[in-house]
Amino acid sequence: MTGSESGFIELDGVEKVFEVRRKTGFMKRERRQVRAVDSISFRVASGEMVGYIGPNGAGKSTTIKMLTGILTPSAGRVRVAGIDPSRDRIRLAHRIGVVFGQRTTLWWDLPLIDSYRLMHRMYRIPDARYRENLDRLVELLGLADLLEVPVRQLSLGQRMRGDIAAALLHDPEVLYLDEPTIGLDVVSKAKVREFLRELNAERGTTVLLTTHDLQDIEQLCKRVMVIDHGRLMYDGPLTGLHEAGESERTLVVDLERELPPIEAPAPARVVRVDGPRQWLAFPAAESAAPLVARIAERYPLVDLSVREPDIEAVIAKMLHAMEDNRGDDRGDNRGDNRGDGREGTRGDHPGDHPGDTPDDTPDDTPKPPPERATA
Amino acid sequence: MGERGALAEGVRAYRLIAGMWVRSSMTYRASFAVTVFGNLTVTGLDFVGILLMFSQVDSLGGWSLPEVAFLYGLSVTSFGIADLLLGSMETVGSRIRDGSFDTLLVRPAPVLAQVGADRFALRRLGRITQGAVVLGWALVSVDVDWTAAKVLLVPVMVISGAAIFSAVFVAGAAFQIFAQDAAEVQNAFTYGGTTLLQYPPSVFGKDLVRGVTFMVPLAFVNWVPAAHVLGRPYPVALPGWTAYASPLVALACGALAGLAWRTGLRSYRSTGS
Amino acid sequence: MGSGRLYAAVAAGGFRRYATYRAATAAGVFTNTVFGVILVHTYLALWDEKPHLGGYDQAQAVTYVWLGQCLYATLAIQGGGAEKDLMERIRTGEIAVDLYRPADLQLWWLAGDVGRALFQMLGRGVIPFLFGAAFFPMALPARVTPWAAFTVTLLLAAVVSFAIRYLAALSVFWLMDGMGVNQALMVTGIFFSGMVLPLNAFPGTFGEVVRVLPWAAQIQMPADVLMGETSPLRAFAFQAAWAVALLAAGRLVQSAATRRVVVQGG
Repeated sequence: MTGSESGFIELDGVEKVFEVRRKTGFMKRERRQVRAVDSISFRVASGEMVGYIGPNGAGKSTTIKMLTGILTPSAGRVRVAGIDPSRDRIRLAHRIGVVFGQRTTLWWDLPLIDSYRLMHRMYRIPDARYRENLDRLVELLGLADLLEVPVRQLSLGQRMRGDIAAALLHDPEVLYLDEPTIGLDVVSKAKVREFLRELNAERGTTVLLTTHDLQDIEQLCKRVMVIDHGRLMYDGPLTGLHEAGESERTLVVDLERELPPIEAPAPARVVRVDGPRQWLAFPAAESAAPLVARIAERYPLVDLSVREPDIEAVIAKMLHAMEDNRGDDRGDNRGDNRGDGREGTRGDHPGDHPGDTPDDTPDDTPKPPPERATA
Repeated sequence: MGERGALAEGVRAYRLIAGMWVRSSMTYRASFAVTVFGNLTVTGLDFVGILLMFSQVDSLGGWSLPEVAFLYGLSVTSFGIADLLLGSMETVGSRIRDGSFDTLLVRPAPVLAQVGADRFALRRLGRITQGAVVLGWALVSVDVDWTAAKVLLVPVMVISGAAIFSAVFVAGAAFQIFAQDAAEVQNAFTYGGTTLLQYPPSVFGKDLVRGVTFMVPLAFVNWVPAAHVLGRPYPVALPGWTAYASPLVALACGALAGLAWRTGLRSYRSTGS
Repeated sequence: MGSGRLYAAVAAGGFRRYATYRAATAAGVFTNTVFGVILVHTYLALWDEKPHLGGYDQAQAVTYVWLGQCLYATLAIQGGGAEKDLMERIRTGEIAVDLYRPADLQLWWLAGDVGRALFQMLGRGVIPFLFGAAFFPMALPARVTPWAAFTVTLLLAAVVSFAIRYLAALSVFWLMDGMGVNQALMVTGIFFSGMVLPLNAFPGTFGEVVRVLPWAAQIQMPADVLMGETSPLRAFAFQAAWAVALLAAGRLVQSAATRRVVVQGG
């Protein structure tokens, strides 16, 4: 059932409808149905690392909640490791790990190791495997000196690493991460990302993460899914997302002195000058290296930094671009740069291979992801 | 996993989590001592009130002080046990509001057990202790011809009473899933219930007694069986065997509460609120 | 008067803060009413056994019960008013910010607590009281003067209640943990305010002592004034004396505590 053809995580026409009661006046209530998730279908193969992003309230966490068995879908079919999460919550729990970025599940007043001992017993992890996993996680996440420290004394970054270890002690096949780097300093973020890469490479753990940090996605995920208003708007490689959003990064250059705007090779261009400091915009999909090299060659450079595009801005731009394109002949421009990341996920879209999807999947909804044009 | 398996799993998870809370509370030993003492004193005030009343009169509703103390001891001890075991369930509403309820649903253990063990606090032994002391005093002071059946009825009352109050806690928690901010309603049945049962049924109006006997059957915690033990008439006519019916009532309450909880949880998982 | 307007705004803020919890308020009304019904029956049984206990007849005992339910949350008898936030601010050190505010610390918190009390009375207190009046015989005056005097006693009661809790909260400057203090507030509040039994029904010397403690200013005094059991002036004097004494003590402790904060460097 969990063969690579069908995917490790499968969603077919999944919907979640909430009934919201709103006060419309004194003692008057209005009932309204809100479609938090609207006929979403996707597949994630075992061992993939996928970013799941979208504006606040787009339906990200609702989807994750359906995948983890917290919420029951209103319609459609969900399978994780062949298990229906809403019906077999406890069996599923043994096979998944969940980290809620802003909510620790560690025991506040007790040493970190105590939380792990609880996981050991609650998940009935065999002793040998527990010890082995603990040793490996402690090493990879640098927790050795923290095990005897009460959780309340840990820094945010230390606690996040502690939480990630707690979620992995029982060897889950899939790890859901909800904003794993939120609020962390640069060093902690790097540690968390490096660990996730290793985990994925070493164990083949499937990772699905929601984030507001575009760097999380850039450094970890070959594939991104964008959700907005409950609908899957994009599913493809990150480069495609940048293209779709026509997003730009900013290079902030500090020169030795005030100079006229730097003459940069197009499409890079100076967007702002303030004394010796200049801001250059360049396409997010391009490397900054050639640009930096060229400036360093010709200008007295003191310092520079690259500012990542804000993820919300990228998504907004992308959604906007799609609005504009709707109805146009979307020929070729986007599909081409799908790059290598796409290969492993080719069969993952209902609609790509109509034969693979159940008949009840509505796949004629007007929300074609851009790359479908070339399918 | 059958019902039996689920129960065993639940008890196991409950013990694991409760153990963690006990260890957590022990990290602040001074606070722990203070709260145990505080719990004992606060919960004992009700009995001080009863003593004050009896400093002015010899009987209340026709019942003597040892007889009222008997009711008090049974009500407080059984409520104390339920409060110790499941009292924290009144925080379900706030857990749903702050979102931490979701973290319980991704653990491989029954949610009821996890919520029940949440913030397990040994300080609640304070209430049980003072209730048991009063009960002990009442047992040696009441004027009763003790038969084997009547002696046996005392522990049966305590256990059944604890089960009935536990069912109220579970039902209250289920109610909170639908009305998270209205947690206090539950207090009317839990704290209100144990207060009510500290006084003789003859003190209350017949309608109230009927409601507490047939609708929310708290009367089977102590009133009905205790009236039989003490040889006092019960304000509402009941067949004789009902004096021994508390375990059955407890079972029925438990089943209904379990059903309510299941309904609540299903609703939470389909509405997310 | 600029500062008057400031404290009025603080009080309004306290009112609004509690007004947002509507379902909780409704639940509180229900629970207070249930407790009222239970207590009324036990008091009626007691007064049945001993009529005119404490100088009350049955209707007065019933009135006392519903007044207690009305004032329980209003006067934060078991705690849970401004002192809770104050303790938290002291514990976390945020109190240092308050000290630099161009306002009097004690008056600032008093204003907020009075706003809270007003909401709790309107939101939680009035309905159980009206319920009691509708279903049980109560001894309520028909003339306006006792009601007016009663209103004054309520205001004074709110101040005394605050002054007690303010003093208790300040102890956190030295104890660093409010757990024990909260417990003590709860026990003393419930018992000495007369929530367990009207203070005038307490026996002997113990009763005499209890009736001159500051907690007597909270429920007993307003109840006696409303039902004409004591002269309003005597009640005002009693309440005001305690209010002044406790607020002054609060100021004294407060200045010692702030010196401590300054010495510790914030």
